[in-house]
Amino acid sequence: MNKIVATVGEAIADIHDEAVVAIGGFGGAGTPHNLIRALPCQGAKDLTLVAGAFQQLMGLPTASQIKKFITSYARRVTEVWRGCALEQEITNGRIEVDLVPQGTLAERLRAAGAGIPAFYSPVSVGTLLEEGKEKRVFDGKEYVLERALKVDFALIKAYKGDRFGNLQCQKTGRNMNPLMAMAATVTIAEVEEIVSEVDPEMVGIPGIFVQRVVKAEPLTIAWRFAMAEVGTKAS
Amino acid sequence: MKPGLSRELIALRIVRELKDGMYVNLGFGLPAYIANFVPQNIDVMLQAENGVLGYGGVPTNEDEWDRELVNASAQPTSLRRGACFFHSADSFAMIRGGHLDLVVLGAYQVSERGDIANYARAGGEQFGVGGAMDLACGTKRVVAYMEHTTKSGEPRIVRECTYPVTGRGVIDTIFTNLTVIEVTPEGLVLKELAPGVTVEQVQARTEPTLTISEDLREMRP
Repeated sequence: MNKIVATVGEAIADIHDEAVVAIGGFGGAGTPHNLIRALPCQGAKDLTLVAGAFQQLMGLPTASQIKKFITSYARRVTEVWRGCALEQEITNGRIEVDLVPQGTLAERLRAAGAGIPAFYSPVSVGTLLEEGKEKRVFDGKEYVLERALKVDFALIKAYKGDRFGNLQCQKTGRNMNPLMAMAATVTIAEVEEIVSEVDPEMVGIPGIFVQRVVKAEPLTIAWRFAMAEVGTKAS
Repeated sequence: MKPGLSRELIALRIVRELKDGMYVNLGFGLPAYIANFVPQNIDVMLQAENGVLGYGGVPTNEDEWDRELVNASAQPTSLRRGACFFHSADSFAMIRGGHLDLVVLGAYQVSERGDIANYARAGGEQFGVGGAMDLACGTKRVVAYMEHTTKSGEPRIVRECTYPVTGRGVIDTIFTNLTVIEVTPEGLVLKELAPGVTVEQVQARTEPTLTISEDLREMRP
């Protein structure tokens, strides 16, 4: 068994037009920046992207590949991104946005990976996001039915990986990555380091959920921008 | 000059709600700022949606910023003793499953029944909800940290939210620059007043009628 792939380009070569692609990461942590940056060159079109937040797509210079965005946060996070092509296409409606509460998104991915087709959740009841969802009352409280979210490809990031596909995560780099790996037909992991064997006690994402592992130099981009807007001060 | 307390002083007032042993989530944006003021002598475990319990303030020294360690507002953060990491589904199990003691949310509007609107403006784009809806349900106590009025002086504490609602009947207490208000089944109860602020001033800037607590106190940071 050897899941290690030599290059980023090779790792994502078979992502096809109209594929549903989940991209892990949160605020730059656990974000497969190298895989994201390789997507424009790869050229697949009409993609449906699943991501925790818009900022995960920083480094994606073209918005033209994206048809739909399933996310909890498709809004500009900092001034740095104001007016970028992706934001414009979202605002003018060319890119369809399916807004999903972040915890619901995580659970829909987990459910897909766990063989559960749907589940009831209290989140979004009484809000605009409950529209179109089947409702049911349990013990006097209302819940909405949420469907599992299966994806074709997951692009994820981990700290260390091995030829068995076992991955070790680091700090807040876990986020959606393990769930996207479970939900995907093909999971492609970018890692900082390839080791002969990840310590079994340290495996955060079991190799059974991972099809390809590629080593790439970690990049830091997103969180320095986050500071620009949120700042360390409230005012 | 804006009447009442600064955002920093409101944050310090909310810090007084934090007790040793509590698990607390500070929502996106303004509430995240409170993390910088949690006293070192008590163990308050701050939970962030992206998968950490026990995070601390933003390191003042940029050299200590770690690209793999961020809070839920995507700011670089630090760890306190007893911290741990987990993935998003476990994180939201903590939130949705009622395991937290307190959630602090920023808000555009709060209604007299405790509805909160904090993710989109009326008639505006609805492109970002983050974990707000998840945080608004499931936790025993959810409080709002907000300016009492809009920049143009319109009340943010209203009879009915006109902005898209994040959660219904979920807010227990409202902390603003002017006051602390308790949301009760009988309506809004004025509990504390910022120094120099009068009941009349607060009522004039609040849409629903306030009941004055028999135990009305000064709002101290």
